[in-house]
Amino acid sequence: MSTPTSQSARAVLDSIKAPDASRAAREFVAQAGRDAAFQLEACVHCGQCADACHFHLVSRDPRHTPIYKLRPMLKAYEREAAPFASLKKLLGLAPPQLTAEELHEWSELVYDSCNLCGRCTLVCPMGIDIAGLVRRAREAMVAGGFAPADLYKASERALETGSPIGVRWPALKRQIELQEQDTGLQVPVDAEGAEYMVILSSIEIMSFPETIGALARIFRQAGATWTIPSAGFEATNVGVQIGSRDVAAQLLARVVDAAERLHVKCVISPECGHAYSALRWEGPNLLGRRYAFEVVQIDELLDRFVREGRLRLRGKDARRLTFHDPCQLVRRGGLNEAPRRLMDGVSANHVEMPAAGAANFCCGGGGGVSAIHRAEGLRFAAFECKKQQVEATGAEALVTACANCRNVLEEAIDHAGMTLPVLGLTELVAQYLEPETRAA
Amino acid sequence: MTAMELLELARGPALWASLAVLLAGSLWRVVAILRLGTTPDLSEPRSTRLLGGAMRGIVARMVPMKEFRSRTALGFWNGYVYHVGLAVIVFGYLPHIQFVERLTGLAWPRLPDPVVYIFVGLTFVSLFIALMERLTDPVRRLLSGFDDYFSWFVVVLPLVTGMIAINQSYASGAAPPPPLDPLPLAIHLLSVELLFLWLPFGKLAHAFLVFASRGITGAALTRKGAAL
Repeated sequence: MSTPTSQSARAVLDSIKAPDASRAAREFVAQAGRDAAFQLEACVHCGQCADACHFHLVSRDPRHTPIYKLRPMLKAYEREAAPFASLKKLLGLAPPQLTAEELHEWSELVYDSCNLCGRCTLVCPMGIDIAGLVRRAREAMVAGGFAPADLYKASERALETGSPIGVRWPALKRQIELQEQDTGLQVPVDAEGAEYMVILSSIEIMSFPETIGALARIFRQAGATWTIPSAGFEATNVGVQIGSRDVAAQLLARVVDAAERLHVKCVISPECGHAYSALRWEGPNLLGRRYAFEVVQIDELLDRFVREGRLRLRGKDARRLTFHDPCQLVRRGGLNEAPRRLMDGVSANHVEMPAAGAANFCCGGGGGVSAIHRAEGLRFAAFECKKQQVEATGAEALVTACANCRNVLEEAIDHAGMTLPVLGLTELVAQYLEPETRAA
Repeated sequence: MTAMELLELARGPALWASLAVLLAGSLWRVVAILRLGTTPDLSEPRSTRLLGGAMRGIVARMVPMKEFRSRTALGFWNGYVYHVGLAVIVFGYLPHIQFVERLTGLAWPRLPDPVVYIFVGLTFVSLFIALMERLTDPVRRLLSGFDDYFSWFVVVLPLVTGMIAINQSYASGAAPPPPLDPLPLAIHLLSVELLFLWLPFGKLAHAFLVFASRGITGAALTRKGAAL
């Protein structure tokens, strides 16, 4: 039986068939609550956010200025809900109604040229959370039918199959079996009452399945019980990327249902930036209730295990390694220290990039951009900022804690003609675990 | 209307009316935004020191993070020059202190006139640079509209009219100053009142909106344990 949420999620997907600027305008206004309104009103048009945005830095197109991407939202708000809106309307000074042409043009600005990375938020002298506002603006764009077709398709697939790229349980089951053969360890599936429930991103399942084997070794050494659910295993949430709370809530509910069905204490968000953001920060608000379990990002957990002595590391990678900060984990998620402690634990030559940590550049593919075909050229161009950062370190390998970053970086590195391996931090930690002494 | 009658109007009803609009308009703007409402954040906070986070957010954005300083240096320092300059002129110049004292009974020590005049010069140059940046930089030009230019105008106008008022009072050099011509003074006061009238409705309202905006983001990022 379809729930009201699934019906509204379906309605969101149908909106692309008949784009409607007035529907988008209503949602822009609905999104401009108290906090958003204070921020929309506070902008002094200083343009400093342009100097923080990698898309603007490479394109020099003033339209790529982060705050400019919010212009339709500002117009709708100023016309309908701002403090002097009625007076301005009366005097004929209110902004004109939004048009479909305008919103089609802004689709490129709100989606293709924004990773929701939040570097603009960090530089804004007025303290405007521009990335947070773009996330809100996407709610209106998708409701009006102006989001990129690729993201609608990915949303549709995710609602139908559970995964934006169509990864179903049999595919994951096969990968689990292969990893069990590789490691000789059992991967518990649907184990009720486990301490930790691990969810995965489709990219990890299909491109980096070694992560599953790494997790098996990690949990074994830590002596923790864990499980992967056969339903609700997908961590990515295209609803958050396209900007539909209905789609996002529908996808998230599957994970929450699995955690509650299996009575786990903790859900482990995998190496995926936006998945963490969706589950950890947006999730309870999307579902309208607090969780009965804790949400911990995998590298946060590994760091905890290492510090508690439950994971013992031996040896270090001698190569010159540098860490790429996934925006949603570090800048927007507050996980700055844990990955660095892990890096120092497994790397003998860990070097930081210029502007490492909160001010690091995005890989260029976050916020759903990597799924938008038409944005590919711009994404590769934007990689120039990251490339300069990486090259400044002289690193022999790049480590990150997000499978999407890893995928995007590998593509961009290849496109730029560079040769630089990109590693996952969880796998790297698993690689340097002290070997288990087998009982005689 | 004679010049003296105009001055009486500027010192009396026009001043009080503009102050009333300033106060009521600012209150209206803030209350109307507050009434839009918000929903509680149900996610488990990493830190619950949200008030401290809001305060830190307000302070932290007074200086850009070091990673952004080289790119934002001109806008940042120039912004400081005209904000500090305006504060020095408004609060440090003796006639302004006397004017406030006459209205409210409050007074404070003055700054020497030459110091204030140096700041007048710096502020002029700084505001001119700000305008040039707005007109020539593709990003600022794209972002800017009537509100930005008019806000710039109503800030510069009292400086210009104030300089004219000062100039005529010092025209005789070392000799005792003649009685002030009421017309330039009236125009100066009216230009300040135009600023009061405009402030709540345009970009100048950032004077109070900045605290809300920075505070909200400061609290939100603190909640997540993220850098401010």
